[in-house]
Amino acid sequence: MKEQSSKPLLEVHNLKTYFYTEDGVVKAVDGVDFNVYPGEVLGLVGESGCGKSVTSFSIMRLVTPPGKIIEGEVLFEDQNLLKISEDDMVHIRGNRISMIFQQPQSSLNPVFKAGDQIAEVFEIHEKTNKEKSWSEAVDLLKLVGIPDAPKKASSYPHEMSGGQAQRVMIAMGLALKPKLLIADEPTTALDVTIQAQILDLIRALREKLGTSVILITHDLGVIAEMADRVAVMYAGRVVEQSDVNTLFEKPLHPYTQGLIASIPVLGKVQQRLDVIPGSVPNLVNLPPGCRFAPRCRLREKYNLTICTEIEPELDEIAPDHFSRCWLYVTHGEHTAPLVA
Amino acid sequence: MSESQTHPDEDKNLVRVEHLRKYFPVRGGVIQRVVGWVQAVDDVSFTIKDGETLGMVGESGCGKTTVGRTMLRLTEPSGGQIFFSDVDVFSLKGRGLKDMRRNMQIIFQDPYASLDPRLPIGDSIMEGLRIHNIGTPKERYGVVLDMLHKVGLEEYHAHRYPHEFSGGQRQRIGIARALALQPKFIVCDEPVSALDVSIQSQVLNLLKDLQHEFGLTYLFIAHNLSVVEHISDRVAVMYLGKMVELTDREELFRSPLHPYTQALMSAIPIPDPKIKRDRIILKGDVPSPLHPPSGCRFHPRCPVAIEHCSVQEPPFLEVSQGHHAACWRVG
Repeated sequence: MKEQSSKPLLEVHNLKTYFYTEDGVVKAVDGVDFNVYPGEVLGLVGESGCGKSVTSFSIMRLVTPPGKIIEGEVLFEDQNLLKISEDDMVHIRGNRISMIFQQPQSSLNPVFKAGDQIAEVFEIHEKTNKEKSWSEAVDLLKLVGIPDAPKKASSYPHEMSGGQAQRVMIAMGLALKPKLLIADEPTTALDVTIQAQILDLIRALREKLGTSVILITHDLGVIAEMADRVAVMYAGRVVEQSDVNTLFEKPLHPYTQGLIASIPVLGKVQQRLDVIPGSVPNLVNLPPGCRFAPRCRLREKYNLTICTEIEPELDEIAPDHFSRCWLYVTHGEHTAPLVA
Repeated sequence: MSESQTHPDEDKNLVRVEHLRKYFPVRGGVIQRVVGWVQAVDDVSFTIKDGETLGMVGESGCGKTTVGRTMLRLTEPSGGQIFFSDVDVFSLKGRGLKDMRRNMQIIFQDPYASLDPRLPIGDSIMEGLRIHNIGTPKERYGVVLDMLHKVGLEEYHAHRYPHEFSGGQRQRIGIARALALQPKFIVCDEPVSALDVSIQSQVLNLLKDLQHEFGLTYLFIAHNLSVVEHISDRVAVMYLGKMVELTDREELFRSPLHPYTQALMSAIPIPDPKIKRDRIILKGDVPSPLHPPSGCRFHPRCPVAIEHCSVQEPPFLEVSQGHHAACWRVG
């Protein structure tokens, strides 16, 4: 859906969010860059602790102590969100950028009716009266496919299933037709048949309302189905970024390659799964050089010493295909052996 | 390495489950009277061959975990019978039950909750040996070290506590603990669903290797059909306390018969953006097992349901050689 010429809706530059804990400084997000274009779905993928959720919280400025955004720019509609006042930010949240979370049932307030929680959005942001807000809430519940919406608006979160609660969250998120929706693992807590419903809904609403979406997930299957472009995160950094087809066809970064090869795919039975050796580094005590180097088999294969000494930059290896890896620098254009 | 896992002995059933039922009482009111029953597992029958992996898949609340727990008698059944090497598991008491449990172990989903936080993991692994009075303390420690090596951990790990390990390592400890007694049969209850994908593949490979080495039989319970397909020889699909389909892995993925299996397979996101499929998107949520629908429990969400489906429950029949399904529209 991306129009190459169009100006990005959101630009994140060198974002750094650290957590100051007793064990030391956790560099959860450590220099993240990406753009989101109007109308597109950007997939943000990575394993637990890679900083994908903290990135989204940082964009919304919802990071609380001991966490702190220490550096970077988040440009949205010609404003740096990290510089504006908290009052201005309140108008951005919900109005221009909204967010849905992984655990829909715990994100809703258990003591208020679903309809009231959606209506509240209109009362706060648009100063609409109670009655009108309620009827708008009911309309939204119809839009997100809640059966018997007028009645369901009066029910409490515990009376809903996980799928319905996530629909309510989406209704709330889209109430004011924001330009950008951040969906943080929106289907991880749901069963697959319900996940299919929710992904279908997000896709349909994106078409209908033209909202850009940042979709955060650990599931490469969800990425393949939903995203236009993808940023792969590892240990607080974006390590690869490209459009979705290129990413799955010609992944450049050894981490992306390993990730794709290590998931079992329905209908393609392998005797053994490929494995990324070791586990993710401790974010307090990061390895010198490339953060993936200790687990990287290509580093060993090509006998690269620079990987454990200096950290590579996120370079444009092919048009619109970025990778943070020394292999492509030292080997120049000879990237063929890696892709094979 | 033997090929026993890929070619299980066709004739020998290690486990036979017949008409298993487990109802949980729902209590309410001032005196906590029983006001209803949750039919977690309702009339489920299947067999597991010696040396094979039977995958059991289904969404939350379908009863798959209850089946596993009931087989080990961690929950008492409401009805039915289970035979393990032709011994009736539910008739066992005391000594007999204890001996039986030595042969049946379980690996749990949550590697954070299933280890005692106050025990060094070496002691956790040794616990079963101590309970069953196997070997001298020194021999037991030898077994612990052996098991740690088998699952890819080191000797010095034995003295550490669970909080010092990552999720993947803890799941390896859980596996070592289950293996220490050299069981024949292991229930793997969602063993990889709490793990990251790069760690998940490590644990799945480990489970396969250990099966080869020790000739283990697995009941592999998971909600992720791709994972189940990868590891299983045969696959059973559960829906709302009922088994709806059971067949060989290849057969299931080539020609799923039950409309629920078809929908489940089509709902799984495939990590390949080039594949565009016509999805079967099921309407509505899984009904509560407290009030299951009449007739076929899947009929309110079924895209091909006919009137008869809401009236009478379909029997679980062998439709073709080794392929069982419970659906009025099949066969």
